[in-house]
Amino acid sequence: MKNNGRFGQFGGFYVPEVLIPALEEMEAAFYKFYKDPQFVADLDTLYNDYAGRPTPLYYATRFSELVGFKVYIKREDLLHGGAHKVNNCLGQGLLAKYMKKTKIIAETGAGQHGLATSMVGALFGMQTKIFMGSIDVERQSVNVHKMRLCGAEVISVTGGTCTLKDAINEALRYWTSNVADTFYMFGTACGPHPYPTIVKHFQSCIGTEARKQCLEKIGKLPDIVTACVGGGSNAIGIFSAFVNDKNVKLVGVEPAGKGIATGKHAAPLNAGKVGILHGTKMYLMQDSDGQILDTESISAGLDYPGVGPEHCLLRDNKRAEYVAVEDDAVLEIFDIFTKCEGILPALESSHSLAWVYSQKNKLPADTVVIVNLSGRGDKDVDIVERNKIK
Amino acid sequence: MKTYKQTFAELKHPALIPFFVLGDPDFDSSFEIIKAAIDAGADILELGIAFSDPIADGPTIQKADIRALAGGMNIAKAKELIKKIKAYKDIPIGLLMYYNLIYQYGTEKFFADFAAAGVNSILIADLSIDDADEVSAPMKKAGLDTVFMITPNTEIERAKRIAEKCTGFIYTVSLLGVTGGRDQLSDMVRPLIARLKAITKVPICVGFGVSTPQHAKSLADAGADGVIIGSRIVKIIEDNLNDKKSIPAKIAEFIKQIKQAIQLN
Ligand SMILES: Cc1ncc(COP(=O)(O)O)c(C=O)c1O
Repeated sequence: MKNNGRFGQFGGFYVPEVLIPALEEMEAAFYKFYKDPQFVADLDTLYNDYAGRPTPLYYATRFSELVGFKVYIKREDLLHGGAHKVNNCLGQGLLAKYMKKTKIIAETGAGQHGLATSMVGALFGMQTKIFMGSIDVERQSVNVHKMRLCGAEVISVTGGTCTLKDAINEALRYWTSNVADTFYMFGTACGPHPYPTIVKHFQSCIGTEARKQCLEKIGKLPDIVTACVGGGSNAIGIFSAFVNDKNVKLVGVEPAGKGIATGKHAAPLNAGKVGILHGTKMYLMQDSDGQILDTESISAGLDYPGVGPEHCLLRDNKRAEYVAVEDDAVLEIFDIFTKCEGILPALESSHSLAWVYSQKNKLPADTVVIVNLSGRGDKDVDIVERNKIK
Repeated sequence: MKTYKQTFAELKHPALIPFFVLGDPDFDSSFEIIKAAIDAGADILELGIAFSDPIADGPTIQKADIRALAGGMNIAKAKELIKKIKAYKDIPIGLLMYYNLIYQYGTEKFFADFAAAGVNSILIADLSIDDADEVSAPMKKAGLDTVFMITPNTEIERAKRIAEKCTGFIYTVSLLGVTGGRDQLSDMVRPLIARLKAITKVPICVGFGVSTPQHAKSLADAGADGVIIGSRIVKIIEDNLNDKKSIPAKIAEFIKQIKQAIQLN
């Protein structure tokens, strides 16, 4: 490997030997192409004409009135496929194409990454297999249907907790048997090097645009930038542009599920310990022996026991603050925000909105907050409905 | 304590190395099963400590991990079971496990405690030589041998570097993929053994997919210094859970068949 993929003590590539050549090949290809003018031009065209970039930075008038300060929404929900995931999939898909790979695999939780991968698989004419936990297959059935319509094969994974972590286990196992011709399109800024670096690069368009749009609109930088944190890709995508702006506060929001104290959550930055899983050293939800714990969150896309290594470093060096909000607050804000703005936020993204709402009337009126609305909530309508009936 | 070196020097045939998940299906049955394997002719034991997320393992060993964990296996009990096995017979033991369990225990302390319990080496499935610095020094300090994996897609220069870091043996993976029984021996394995024989004198033990006496025999013919049989043996446990008492004899019978096949050399 060209570099060791470290973010302080975090990151690395803790994988079985059989995967090393594939990661080396991917790293080499990434560094070869990511600044290549043709690659950059191709990706820009795809971002603009296929995905719908740039996405607007929208001033949420009524929501701002409600909370008592200025809230701007980065509209990643308007992207093709309905979430930020397409940014990464177009980037990695183009990389796969430049590497002359013809088969792609991916894991998915909410189904948003699986869907984005399936779209890109269709776009590039690549054979696509999606690994998805059986519980997620059930709770995100609409996305499963869409993936199949794009021509992807969806494999329901029944091992372990039947969620995202197990889908990753199974995708990694499949990859070890098919390393030669298969490109693993990892969905978040986590996993073994070079994925955290690659995924951050392809998601950094969110932050670059948001920073520029904010300066154009209000002539200054925001006071706070906030995003939900599952594996960490939408958050690192928007944070990356502001990390060097010392006066901009960065707030990552993890899922507190039923409450941190209950243990039924998926908030490793708030309540995990450093450990190693899926190729990377990171904060991790585990018992005292190091067995990985079950996680719980209303949002399938955040239901993961680990978190990207760069967020672990940003937490430890205090450049970013990581908070957690509970399912109930998420459901409440889903309703409030939709009624305020006529925009359905994904339950994942609703976490960052819920944190903003928790600051209601606590921040000065001229405070400017940018929320990364990572996806739209159409996929979650059933879950929200079911939880209301209870 | 018997070393790998002594074992490989004494043997006139490749070492027979069965794999078990410690505590599968429960502590006491596991001890009986492993004793039977030793009596039937195992030369070295490869033992796993169950992990919740075994990414290098196929369905058979995944299920064994789940059984062991459900049966109450944990790190402390694994150590206890190893001590009991060593008290029964001084046979070399290699652990095969995932890094997080070691890291949580405290890497140095884990190596020291398990060396003291009678373990000869610890192969970490999700740690390559690129991060060997984190473990090689404390392993050496604890008096452990080092074992790393080489796979059919490992480039020759890298294979040389791996071989240099192995003091015990090279865990040679016969195929591209995860653990699991296979009908056919991978056609990648003979060329791999030949490539490795040309670059190193470190013993070459072959595992993953080795399932039948015929497989073991052809590996012996190809020059392997050891054959590691995992999923096929663990499957015997899985298939006889409703009659646990019958398992030791069935495992013993299978191991004798393998032994016979590799002694024919
Ligand atoms: C809309 C949306 N937001 C956020 C996430 C969480 O992922 P990440 O933390 O990588 O942005 C997901 C994952 O599926 C998602 O679908």
